[in-house]
Amino acid sequence: MKKVTGAEAIIKLLKEEGVSTIFGYPGGAITDLYDALMDADLKNIIARHEQGAVHAADGYARVTGDVGVALLTSGPGATNGVTGIATAYCDSIPIVVLTGQVPRALIGNDAFQEVDIVGITRPCTKHNYLVSSIEELVPTLREAFHIARSGRPGPVLVDLPKDIITAKFDYPAKKAMVMPSYQPNIEPHPRQVEKACKAIIKAKCPVLYVGGGVILANAQDDLIELTRKLNIPVTMTLMGLGAFPGTDPLSMGMLGMHGSFCANMAVAECDLLIAVGARFDDRVTGKLSDFATRAKVIHIDIDPTSISKNVRVDIPIVADCRNALKAINQWFNTQSGINLEEERACHQPWFEMIQKWTEQHPMTWHDDESGIIKPQYVVEKLNELTGGDAIITTEVGQNQMWAAQFFKFNKARHFVTSGGLGTMGFGLPAAIGAQCAFPEKTVIDIAGDGSIQMNIQELATARQYHLPIKIAILNNNYLGMVRQWQELFYNRRYFATPMEVLPDFVDLAKAYGAVGLRATKKSEVESVIKEALSTDNVVLMDFRIAREENVYPMVPAGKATTEMLLV
Amino acid sequence: MKHTISVQLRNNPGVLSRVTGLFSGRGFNIESLCVAETMDCEISVLTIVSRGDAAVIEQITKQLHKLIDVIKVTDMAEFPYVEREMVLLRMKAMENTRAEVLRIADIFRAKVIDVSAKTFTIEVTGSSSKVNACIELLRPLGIKEIVRTGTVAMARAPKNK
Repeated sequence: MKKVTGAEAIIKLLKEEGVSTIFGYPGGAITDLYDALMDADLKNIIARHEQGAVHAADGYARVTGDVGVALLTSGPGATNGVTGIATAYCDSIPIVVLTGQVPRALIGNDAFQEVDIVGITRPCTKHNYLVSSIEELVPTLREAFHIARSGRPGPVLVDLPKDIITAKFDYPAKKAMVMPSYQPNIEPHPRQVEKACKAIIKAKCPVLYVGGGVILANAQDDLIELTRKLNIPVTMTLMGLGAFPGTDPLSMGMLGMHGSFCANMAVAECDLLIAVGARFDDRVTGKLSDFATRAKVIHIDIDPTSISKNVRVDIPIVADCRNALKAINQWFNTQSGINLEEERACHQPWFEMIQKWTEQHPMTWHDDESGIIKPQYVVEKLNELTGGDAIITTEVGQNQMWAAQFFKFNKARHFVTSGGLGTMGFGLPAAIGAQCAFPEKTVIDIAGDGSIQMNIQELATARQYHLPIKIAILNNNYLGMVRQWQELFYNRRYFATPMEVLPDFVDLAKAYGAVGLRATKKSEVESVIKEALSTDNVVLMDFRIAREENVYPMVPAGKATTEMLLV
Repeated sequence: MKHTISVQLRNNPGVLSRVTGLFSGRGFNIESLCVAETMDCEISVLTIVSRGDAAVIEQITKQLHKLIDVIKVTDMAEFPYVEREMVLLRMKAMENTRAEVLRIADIFRAKVIDVSAKTFTIEVTGSSSKVNACIELLRPLGIKEIVRTGTVAMARAPKNK
């Protein structure tokens, strides 16, 4: 048998794992692997910053459901990737990050570009490895992919010393993976399923509270089946948007800090809260002691640590969300003596109550005659002019919340946002990853003037690989979300938040060979968006919006979710 | 409440750091921690004594179990178990206290393992409470130095009828 090098083995394994695209950035310790990649049948996207490479791999994973792969060099290359890794960790996104490392003989010697990246990333990876012998290389990489994509997904880092990448050895045959210490529970316990179903039958005012776990498990069809079967209203977390059609009458939109009035009221008043693939984050629950106080709680989650972490759960189901929802649907389909029509009718008064709340305080915004652009208008126009059929990525802050509130997501894996970590600078590189996965789709990064600057250099990446992403900057010349807090809770002391110097975004786009467009009046918004959507190039749209527009509704931090500040 | 948690884990590099990092990162408390290989050199057992209410202990056991290298987590409170820790004490051996030190050591079935002109080194083994009681009795007689191991624990074998 012909011997292979470590680099050749890595490439062979990546192909075995179904990888087609690698996002990365070269450097000394990883040069041997890039040298081998030159002759390999794999697409390489070279970012302009390692953080961008990891976010792009993350964006790719979010829209495809496959494992995203990032390849970085040792030392600063690896540390630059840490924010990307932590972002993927907080949102349970399957990525494998390969980092170069100094040769084994130099590890621990403070060698050039040496850093203990396994130590640094231990708390922000699902698992990580330093490959310490050539025999371990292939089995470790196999484990890495398995761990990243199974159970509650997450990032896995594999640190590759340079002398392992160059070593020669016999490529090992594929063996069954034996990991007695890692056996995620994916099948729901039938007794728990039955308990949950009986609680659902008993409930008069049930609410489905749906998170990113439903999307990760590809369970949207099973969720839709359950809601239709029993007429249960649905609210989604930021990460759950798209798991249930946003235009469906049973959708109450997002809940929590910037959620809809009806969603927060419904959760406060419901008698049964069915949490699916959600983790009762503080941005969702507000003041814990006042959260869903009347409700019995069913919690479906693949991760046992999520259960009863923040909120006491009455009926836990530890399982893959899709399997659990299938089992619940199956129970209702096969149980005799249940009249689904009656069950649906029984929830009708509750549904009417929710509609009343919606009418009382719909998700809306105030327009005025001034002609000044309101950011919500831009998002609504983007929704309208794309027919809702676009992949939307966001940065973090007001832009993210307006995108979540006013774009109607009808399909899973079309909203890509850094929910858990809240990473500014995520949207542009994530859009690059998404566009790589779906070259024919419209991909739009909804950004702010602050956050777009955090990874603006990736415009060059988008240009280099002909990825015609569109960027809509909601430019208020402020770090808007923090300014909003300063307005409401810090006596309007706008310190550190005004962007006193901004680049001319139109000129900046041109400098990168992209197209720059600007709208300063409401009447210009539509034509700018239309022009952008019909341009086969990267387009940066600079929307000069009302400077002190706030995101409403808003639950002040630490308050009960019924104590909303409304428009 | 005090809980003794026994953790069986794969003896991989960095595994101890994963466990201690989990405790510090999530604000869990460690009163003592002991770790060593089992009969199988690829598996270690780590015994942690921690404090917390039921919800905290539940999170600790779940979070430990979530670590990829952890095979099994047992909260010893769920079973009858035995626990031991060991302490080495360097006692002043003055003319007027020598006999008393030896007498107390004898009561606690402690062993004198090193002797010098002015000191005894005593080994005490037992449950934490026994070790503590012994230390308290010896303290007035002049302890120069203490080294403790932390607790190790094992479930009691089932009694066959």
